[in-house]
Amino acid sequence: MTMSLVRQTATELLALLTTGKVTSTELTQAFLNQIDAHEGQVNAFLRVDAQGALAHAADIDGRRRAGQTLGRLAGLPVAIKDLLCTAGETTTCASRMLEHFKPPYDATVIARLKAADAVLIGKTNMDEFAMGGSTENSAFKTTANPWDLSRIPGGSSGGAAACVAAGMAPLSVGSDTGGSIRQPAGLCGVTGLKPTYGRVSRYGLVAFASSLDQIGPLARTAEDAALLLEVLAGHDPLDSTSVDLPASHYTETVRLPLKDLKIGLVREHFGEGLDAEVETAVREAVKVYESLGAKVVDVSLPHGKYGVATYYIIAPSEASSNLARYDGVHYGHRTDERQLVTALDAERDALVKAGKHAEADALDNPLVRLYRTSRAEGFGPEVKRRIMLGTYALSAGYYDAYYLKALKVRRLIRQDYDRAFEQVDVIAGPVTTTTAFKLGDKVDDPLAMYLVDLYTVSANLAGIGGLAMPCGFGSDGLPIGLQLQAPPFEEERLLRAAHMFQHATDWHQRYAPLVP
Amino acid sequence: MLLDPFRPGSAGRYLDEPQTVTAPYTIVIGLEVHVQLQTRTKLFCRCSTKFGAPPNTQTCPVCIGMPGTLPVMNRHAFELALETAIALDCQIAEFTKWDRKQYYYPDLPKGYQISQYDLPFSHDGHLQISDPKDRFETKKIGIIRAHLEEDAGKSMHDEVAGQADSKIDLNRTGTPLLEIVSQPDMRSPLEAKAYLTELKLLLTYLGVSDCNMQEGSLRVDANINLHIDTPEGKIATPIVEVKNMNSFRAVERAMEYEAERHYQVWLETRQRLGDVPKQTRGWDDAAEVTRGQRHKEESSDYRYFPDPDLVPVRVTREQIDAIRANMAESPAELRNRLESTFGIKPYDSDVIVSAGRALVDYYVELAEITGDGKLASNWVQQDVMRTLNEQKIDVDQFALRPKMLHELLAAIQQGQLDTSRAREVFIEMVASGRSAADVMKAQGIEKVDESELIALCEELIAANPKIVDDIKSGKQQAAGNLIGQAKKKNPNVHPGRFRELVLELVARM
Repeated sequence: MTMSLVRQTATELLALLTTGKVTSTELTQAFLNQIDAHEGQVNAFLRVDAQGALAHAADIDGRRRAGQTLGRLAGLPVAIKDLLCTAGETTTCASRMLEHFKPPYDATVIARLKAADAVLIGKTNMDEFAMGGSTENSAFKTTANPWDLSRIPGGSSGGAAACVAAGMAPLSVGSDTGGSIRQPAGLCGVTGLKPTYGRVSRYGLVAFASSLDQIGPLARTAEDAALLLEVLAGHDPLDSTSVDLPASHYTETVRLPLKDLKIGLVREHFGEGLDAEVETAVREAVKVYESLGAKVVDVSLPHGKYGVATYYIIAPSEASSNLARYDGVHYGHRTDERQLVTALDAERDALVKAGKHAEADALDNPLVRLYRTSRAEGFGPEVKRRIMLGTYALSAGYYDAYYLKALKVRRLIRQDYDRAFEQVDVIAGPVTTTTAFKLGDKVDDPLAMYLVDLYTVSANLAGIGGLAMPCGFGSDGLPIGLQLQAPPFEEERLLRAAHMFQHATDWHQRYAPLVP
Repeated sequence: MLLDPFRPGSAGRYLDEPQTVTAPYTIVIGLEVHVQLQTRTKLFCRCSTKFGAPPNTQTCPVCIGMPGTLPVMNRHAFELALETAIALDCQIAEFTKWDRKQYYYPDLPKGYQISQYDLPFSHDGHLQISDPKDRFETKKIGIIRAHLEEDAGKSMHDEVAGQADSKIDLNRTGTPLLEIVSQPDMRSPLEAKAYLTELKLLLTYLGVSDCNMQEGSLRVDANINLHIDTPEGKIATPIVEVKNMNSFRAVERAMEYEAERHYQVWLETRQRLGDVPKQTRGWDDAAEVTRGQRHKEESSDYRYFPDPDLVPVRVTREQIDAIRANMAESPAELRNRLESTFGIKPYDSDVIVSAGRALVDYYVELAEITGDGKLASNWVQQDVMRTLNEQKIDVDQFALRPKMLHELLAAIQQGQLDTSRAREVFIEMVASGRSAADVMKAQGIEKVDESELIALCEELIAANPKIVDDIKSGKQQAAGNLIGQAKKKNPNVHPGRFRELVLELVARM
């Protein structure tokens, strides 16, 4: 073989597998070797299941030799973001809270991947409960950007993007609530797709913000993303918000170019704050489309500027509710009860001795103290921040001013898109304002961290699909991402548009230095 | 200076004579009823709702709120709820949604209950109540709203001091609950009880709930206060919520107790509505008192917001019409039908309808073949219902079917036997399972020939001149003696007919 297996696309690898040129065992071993060699630097995974993956690969090889019909992804390694429930296997959401949580069931997408004979090689690192844009909020480890180990990989699906960029998995599954697939894909130079809300079942995705969360593929190319999406997408009776529309056969159409493509450039995306190199790369990418016959149209998303503010009301509100179940009673870390009772008794005694009887009476009862302490110990600071934001926004007297108003703005943002898509087929623009920043740069500045989602949150609020892929490199040698957005349920259009670009360029064929 | 008639120690009549005159206040009661709907499966998952299974055996990842799981609405539960609301004449919302009611408690594994907040699926209905004994006037009790929500689990506390051990059973978690909130339209504990009785009957007739209070399928909370007449006008006392009432009788007694307690508190404190936060009290059935419950932490803010995991529900006109078309007859409709078709009194229709649909069907069949609704009503209410009670069986299990009973009633109608002998026959029919004709034959009961009857009458008239004189002088009841003598000679003599004959023959003398 002239080219290292880990450099090849999933589509190419699948061809090698089906033609018998390589076995799943060899393939899986190649990716495991790359993990062995560089995981110490990249830290993309929370858990790698080498034994399980190899055993599964051997089983698939055996079934292939026996001439059995195999699934769509038979023998291909796939990495899973650690917020998708895998039956009997730890699923932590990168949180101390769920450090020991073993769900008794598979998420629908996991069941689909298993039915497609994918080889699940491990669970990837992420920001705790998917809250963050740098994967630095993981309770367990910090993932590095494979292009520059001193940089963040983006987030919250940082591990998912980094493992593909580092050649540790040809495909990985992430989730995107405000940009968590597209932003790390853009920063790591891989292709990531956030499908339309409702396209992929959320059943078994540990919820962050239910009305925004959507599962999607990360891969090297649009073709690979199409392959993985084909397996993930489709109606699921277990998810009321999953849409009963037939999912297209994305792999059959992805290579077809779009004729008379009208591309929208959003006026507001090219304002203050956008790095000059990023802007140049994005404008160059648009020129590529023009050279392929596309027409560029100037469009406006006037309410987009309220996207981040709206998002940081709605997402934390839903999160404050979704995360209420981690109280140490049924789910999540439980504090040491004996210590708790001792501490409570001591506090009471001290108050009584000091004659502060009213305060002694007002002390938590043991149950309330159990809730408080378990949650204080189990959640990291960013999760706590968002729970507090959301709890506040939903409180009596504040609901109308915050949550209800945010819902109204959300509708306006959707209307902006509807209007823009009357003029154009897709919207193109940057994924982020800059290339990947240094690890630790923004950890103490939550607001700056929130602004990382500037170009991505609106798609989640509007419920539409978005795709990110590499379109150049900064002078720092880091990938620059191009974002495409399309009307609801036009994943096929997004993938075809992305493939057109990748067919004409080779940015997606650049490899991080550590990929052999 | 004006004298305050209410000042303690002054001679205000409210202070000195509260019990001796008609209570100077009106009781105002509103009820919140939670009913478990009779679905096979829970509201948002496919777990069984069957009562009495070992703890935590009827659970799944969805109803115990396991991370990552999602609810999916049970259409059947929604339809049962719709049916109930339609029967309560509620307005049905075209668009309704689910909201999360958020609070922490160990029997609520998700940390929120899926309920309906500002857009319940139904609102503004009513239920008519009346008292067969006419202790209050027939009235409509308004229904503010009926909404659907999921039940919580059950906490069992072992409160041995120092080693408190709490156990949670999540079998009940997610069972569909219909919450029906009435207007504060009830003006007496009796009306409150009548409302509950009628509501339960309606729910039972619709087949939407088994309304078993012991198993918790029906739970009642009451809100009560008084409107007191004072020289300054009507004054409302603070509203109190009463919980823990485990029977309708308990509701009635708790309301009686509370009304009196409110009045005493008013006399002592003069507290009006709004002066103090709403209090929650629990009814202690054994002690027959209510007791203040520990205040919940602060005033609870449930932070309701629309549940993003569920899609809103739209209800169409066609759906409502279809449900209405297939809906079982309500108790009120049935009572009206029985009264107009068979000419029985409201009291009687109430007794029959209250005994359940199966008994109504039994009665209707009997009344139709017998052609005498009143006779059928008497027999069903007295002899049939008494036998069912004694045997502790449902009418469906009652061997004496309407056709068989009809034979007996026909014999009465034809004057073959009187009521007291018929009752003996009835008892024998129930005991032996034999037909009326068989039993009557065995007991030698047969209609006495008219000529034979006349002969007997003449014979007795001749033998009892003094009685005949009495009758002649207007003492008709003296005929009773002759009837007694006649029955001794021939037990088959029909007392009514014989009496007629005596009077007729004496008059001709």
